[in-house]
Amino acid sequence: MKFVEFNYLLKAMKIKISLILLCFLTFSIDAKTVRLKPGQSIQAAVDQAFDGDTLVLAPGIYKEHEIIIRKPLSIFGESYPIIDGQDEGNIFLVAGEKIHFKGLKIINTGKSNMDDSAGIKFFDSKNCSVENLILDNTFFGLHFSNSSNLTIRNNHLTSKAEREYQTGNGIHLWKCKDSLIDNNFVKGHRDGIYLEFVTNTISQNNLIEENKRYGLHFMFSHDNSYIKNTFKHNGAGVAVMYTKNVLMKENIFEENEGASSYGILLKDITDSEVIGNIFRKNTIGIYMEGSSRTLFKNNTFTTNGWALKLMASCDENTFEANNFFANTFDISTNGNLVLNNLQDNYWDKYEGYDLNKDKIGDIPYRPINLFSVIVEKIPSAVILWRSFLVTLLDRMEKVIPSITPENMIDNTPKMKPYDFGSANS
Amino acid sequence: MFKLLKYSLYDIVKSRFALLYTLFMVLVAISIYQVSEDMSKVSLSLLNIMLMIVPLISAIFATTHFFNNLEFTELMLAQPVKRRDVFLSQILAVMFVLSMAILIGFGAPMLLWGADITVLTLLGIGISLSIIFAGLAFLASVLTRDKAKAIGISLSFWIYFSLIYDGFVLYLIYSLADYPLEKTTLSLVFLNPVDLGRVIMLMQLDISALMGYTGAFFQQFFGSAKGILLSSSMMFIWMLWPMGLAMRVFKKKDF
Repeated sequence: MKFVEFNYLLKAMKIKISLILLCFLTFSIDAKTVRLKPGQSIQAAVDQAFDGDTLVLAPGIYKEHEIIIRKPLSIFGESYPIIDGQDEGNIFLVAGEKIHFKGLKIINTGKSNMDDSAGIKFFDSKNCSVENLILDNTFFGLHFSNSSNLTIRNNHLTSKAEREYQTGNGIHLWKCKDSLIDNNFVKGHRDGIYLEFVTNTISQNNLIEENKRYGLHFMFSHDNSYIKNTFKHNGAGVAVMYTKNVLMKENIFEENEGASSYGILLKDITDSEVIGNIFRKNTIGIYMEGSSRTLFKNNTFTTNGWALKLMASCDENTFEANNFFANTFDISTNGNLVLNNLQDNYWDKYEGYDLNKDKIGDIPYRPINLFSVIVEKIPSAVILWRSFLVTLLDRMEKVIPSITPENMIDNTPKMKPYDFGSANS
Repeated sequence: MFKLLKYSLYDIVKSRFALLYTLFMVLVAISIYQVSEDMSKVSLSLLNIMLMIVPLISAIFATTHFFNNLEFTELMLAQPVKRRDVFLSQILAVMFVLSMAILIGFGAPMLLWGADITVLTLLGIGISLSIIFAGLAFLASVLTRDKAKAIGISLSFWIYFSLIYDGFVLYLIYSLADYPLEKTTLSLVFLNPVDLGRVIMLMQLDISALMGYTGAFFQQFFGSAKGILLSSSMMFIWMLWPMGLAMRVFKKKDF
C-alpha cells in the first residue's frame, strides 16, 4: 500500500517536471530571431512571428507603410535599415505590450492632419521602448496615445518643413504616464516635445532646436520633470500651460527671438520649481501669466531683451538667488499689483553699496525701470532706449518712484554674482 | 591749400588742447576697461561718452578755435588765396585733430585689451559725431560775430540733438500711440545724428529686446544691407551739410 502510494507520487512529480521542461522548451522555441532582407514584407514577418520574437532587419531599403503590430515583438535594425513610407500614411501602427524598436531609419510618412501620420504610432500600449531611431521627413515623429511605461531614448528626429502646418510634432504623447524621454534630438518639427494629459514622466538630456512652433509644449501634464534639456532657437520657444507640480532643472533656453517668442511661457502653472536653468539671448526669458506658488532659484538670465515679464495675475511666486546679467530690461509687468517675492538675487544693474560688508546691498533694488513701463505700453518707443533723455527719466524715477510698481523690489540684492559652477555658465 | 592746412594743424597741436583731449580719452578708456572685463559692458559705458561728451567737446572746441584763429583767418583772407581754401584748412584741421584724439585715445587701450566689432562701430560713431559737431560749430561761428553767442548756438545744437529732440520724439510717440509709427520714428531717427549713432549701436547691444514687437522692424531695416548703406550715407550727409552751409556763409561773409 505504502509502495503504491510512493510510486504514484513519483509519477505525479515526473509529469510536473516534464511539464516544466516543456514550458521552457516552448518558450525557447517561441523567442526566436527572424532575419529579414530588403524586399521581404515586414508586415508578413510580423504576422507570422510568435509573441516575444525578434525581427532583425538587414541593411537596405524597405518600402512599406501601415505595418500593424499587436503582439510583444522586438524590431531591431542592423546599421540602420531604411523603412520608407513613400509619403503615405503611418509607417508603424502599434498596440500592445513589450514592443521594442531599435536602430531603424524611418523616412517619408504621409502628410496628413486627418490621421496625424506618424513614423511610429502607439495606441493603448505598455512597457514599450523606442531607441536609437533616426526619423527623417516624418509628419509626426513618434506618436503615443493612452500608453504607459514608455522609454524613448537616443532618437534623432528631423523634418524639413518650411511652414508650421506642414509638419506635426516630434515626440507627441497624449494621455500617457510613467515614461522616460531621454537624450533625443528633435529639429524642424512643429513642436519638439508635445505632452498632453501626461503624468509622472521625465524628459532629460534632450536637444530640441529650430522647431516651427514650440520646443516643448505641455498642458494638463502634472508631476513631470524636465532636466538638462536644451531648447534652442525654436519658433516661439517653450510654452507650458495648465499644469501643477512641474520640476524644471538645469535646462538651457536660448536664442528664442521674436515678438512672441519666449524662453518659457508659463500660463497657469502652479506649485512648481524652476531651478538652475539658463536663459540666454531670448527676447523674453520667462513670461508668466496666472501662475502661482512657483519657486525660481539659481537661474541665470543673461543677454535677454526682457529677463522676466511677470504679469499682475501671478501670485506667491518666489524669485530667489538668481543671476541677472546684461539683460536690456530685468523685469516688466502690466499693473501695479505685485504679489510675488524677490529676494537675494544678483542684479548687474544694481548700483547700491554695502557698508556692513555682509555681501548684501544696503539699499533695495527696483528691477523695473520707467522706460520698460513705457515700452510695455508703446512698443515703438524702444527706439529711444539708451538716449540721454531716457536715462535721465529713469534716474528720476529711481529717486522718486511714481509710475513703476512700488512692491516690485528686491530688499536683499547680492553684491556679487553667484557661481553656479561650470555646468551652469 | 596744403600749406594752409599744415599751418592750421601746427597751430592746434601747439595749443596743447589736442594733447589734453587725447590724454583725457586715454584715461576714460583705461578706467572703463579696468572696471569691467565684459566687452558689451565696455561698449555700453563708452556709448554714453561717445554720444554725450564727444559732441560737446567737439562743438565747444571748434567754436573757440574758430574765434581764437579769427585774426589769422582775416590775415589770410587779405592774401591772394581762395576763401574756400582758408575755410577748409581751418575746419579740416579741427576735424582731423578731434578724430585723431578719439582714434588714439580709445584705439591704444583697445589694442592693449582687445576689441570686438561693437567697440569698433562705436569708435566709428564717435569719429562721425566729432566731425558732425565740428561742422555745426563752424556753422554757428560764421553765423555770428560774437564768440559768446557762437558758443551759445553750438551748445544749443548739442542740447537740441542730445536731449530736446528725443523729448519731442517721445512726446510724438506718446500722443500718437494708436497709430503705426514704425516708419515715422525711423525717419525721425535719420534727422538726428546722435540718435542715428545710438540706434546703430542698439542694433548690436540690445538685439534680443529689439526682436520683439516693432523692434523687429527696426532690426530688419538696420540689419539689411540696404539699411546699413542708407544709415551710413545719412551719417555722411550729416557730416557734409553743416560744413557745406558754413562754407557758403563764410565765402560771402564780410569780416
